[in-house]
Amino acid sequence: MPAEPIIRVEHFTAGYEGNVLMRDINFTVNRGEVFVILGGSGSGKSTLMKHMIGLYEPMAGAVYIDGDDIVTSEGDARRAILKKIGVMYQSGALFGSMTLLENVRLPLEEYTSLDDDAIDLVAQMKLKLVGLDAFSGHMPSEISGGMQKRAAIARAMALDPTILFLDEPSAGLDPITSAELDLLILRLARSLHITFVIVTHELASIYAVADRVIMLDKRTKGIIAEGDPKVLRDTSDNPWVRQFFRREAAPDTIAETA
Amino acid sequence: MAPSPAASLSLSDVDGKRELRLAGRLDSYSIAGVWPDARAALDAAPNVPVLIDTSRVEYCDGGGIAMLVDLLRQPRPPEAQVSVVGLKPQFQTLLDQFDPVAMRAPPKEHEERLHTVAEIGRAALIVGRDMRVQVAFIGETSSALWFAITHPHRIRWKDVWYTCEQVGVNALPIVALISFLLGIILAFQSAVPMKQFGAEIFVADLVGLSILRSGAAFAAEIGTMKVNEELNALTTMGLDPVRFLVVTRIIAALLMMPLLCIFADLIGILGGALTMISFNIPISAFLHEVDSLVDVKDLLAGLAKAPVFAILIAGIGCLRGLQTQTGASAVGISATRAVVSAIILLVVVDGIYAFVYYLLDI
Repeated sequence: MPAEPIIRVEHFTAGYEGNVLMRDINFTVNRGEVFVILGGSGSGKSTLMKHMIGLYEPMAGAVYIDGDDIVTSEGDARRAILKKIGVMYQSGALFGSMTLLENVRLPLEEYTSLDDDAIDLVAQMKLKLVGLDAFSGHMPSEISGGMQKRAAIARAMALDPTILFLDEPSAGLDPITSAELDLLILRLARSLHITFVIVTHELASIYAVADRVIMLDKRTKGIIAEGDPKVLRDTSDNPWVRQFFRREAAPDTIAETA
Repeated sequence: MAPSPAASLSLSDVDGKRELRLAGRLDSYSIAGVWPDARAALDAAPNVPVLIDTSRVEYCDGGGIAMLVDLLRQPRPPEAQVSVVGLKPQFQTLLDQFDPVAMRAPPKEHEERLHTVAEIGRAALIVGRDMRVQVAFIGETSSALWFAITHPHRIRWKDVWYTCEQVGVNALPIVALISFLLGIILAFQSAVPMKQFGAEIFVADLVGLSILRSGAAFAAEIGTMKVNEELNALTTMGLDPVRFLVVTRIIAALLMMPLLCIFADLIGILGGALTMISFNIPISAFLHEVDSLVDVKDLLAGLAKAPVFAILIAGIGCLRGLQTQTGASAVGISATRAVVSAIILLVVVDGIYAFVYYLLDI
């Protein structure tokens, strides 16, 4: 199957209050792939993701989601784009006053005209997909951090989006829970053909799930590597990239200590 | 164990050279006694070379090294350089790690003091920006409320009832206590006719104050949701936080506030009646008195304030919640700001009401 771009980020510049964080970056995400945005702390990877889902407005550039620019979209056009995406936030961001089932039901209640029983069934099925069907009546505060993230994925999938954005899925999880989450991502990607855009710096996770990565760098304010993570690890001629994938201290820190 | 010798400093001038001799322990505690003197000795001889003899220093830690670096880093003419000699090798390696010139304090950035007029202008700009945010919020909320009125089936009634419970039912004890006590007090000063307490003007204020807690709660609740990215989650679902969170809370406050006022009226009269009974005034006489002094107009004058106060308190609470910044203290700050702003607004609006009632002779 030839690669077909579903997200195109073009001539994109972003930052805070005149401080440019990334300048004129360009990349595409292909339909059905697990795409990982990585980079060191402060490189702006979470910020980039929040721009891609329309939360922030860039200084310049465009983010085309399935052909439509989310940056310039407004009102119903923006909502039409948002319906194609689901987002899992770093903390889960489940609504604390609602049960897991109510959390998953919410987007369905707001956007579909299904009757109550049908919504219940769809929501239950989403929870089943992430292995939480037995916990549908629990409040978010009553379940563990890993379960909260899975519930957040279930909610993000409520309207069967074509693209799922995950912000730091493994942050704060133990290695086993984190590995289970990786398996879940792979399973959803392969069985439901969902495109994943994941922000992380967890190496094990990257090797486990990523078809393709881009690496951001705060010094160059741009993308310093793009491709298959294992290939980048072994063949990149950029010392920063190699250090990152081998989990070594940065070159200039080593020079200072020597 | 002999007490460790403190740091000491002596100085002499020989052949147009100044010599500082440091001795003893140079540690973070002892250097305080010699550092200023050493600096003064250095500054007093700006044009001659200075030799710092440290051969009798027995111990030197990071603090001592810092003092030496400080003495070395002072800008001086080339013919009047400072040098440190005789430091024990283990301390010399510590000192060698720092380049005194590189450690020079960067010139203090002279923050330009703004002209008073400019200061006022800047403050006005900030106030203006805040006003703009508030006006935008009023606009968004009004349009969302209008949408809710025209599409009542789209209101999340479950959330409304839940908030009603928080605002209304949970406020009953505090409202009951305050209005009961106030009823007793006013009856004791019973010269003050019931009209004063009467179903009238102050009840709304009183209830307004006691549901300030709801405004603070809204701010804290929405603020926490913002910190937890729940507001972002709503936004990326294409759901408007104003419609979703603000409208339900304002509707709940609107529904509950008049009910609380009537409740407070009744409890206040009850308090007054109890007092009168203790004075052996029959309850029928008391009620008759109340009836003759207080009429429906008074009741309505009080109730007319209720919805306005409800919108103000709920609205400002929600606005402060939405404005929450990030960080641990942000939610607390929002709750405080909500209470402060609500009190100010209550007083201002109450003044307006008093004026209007005066004109209308109510």
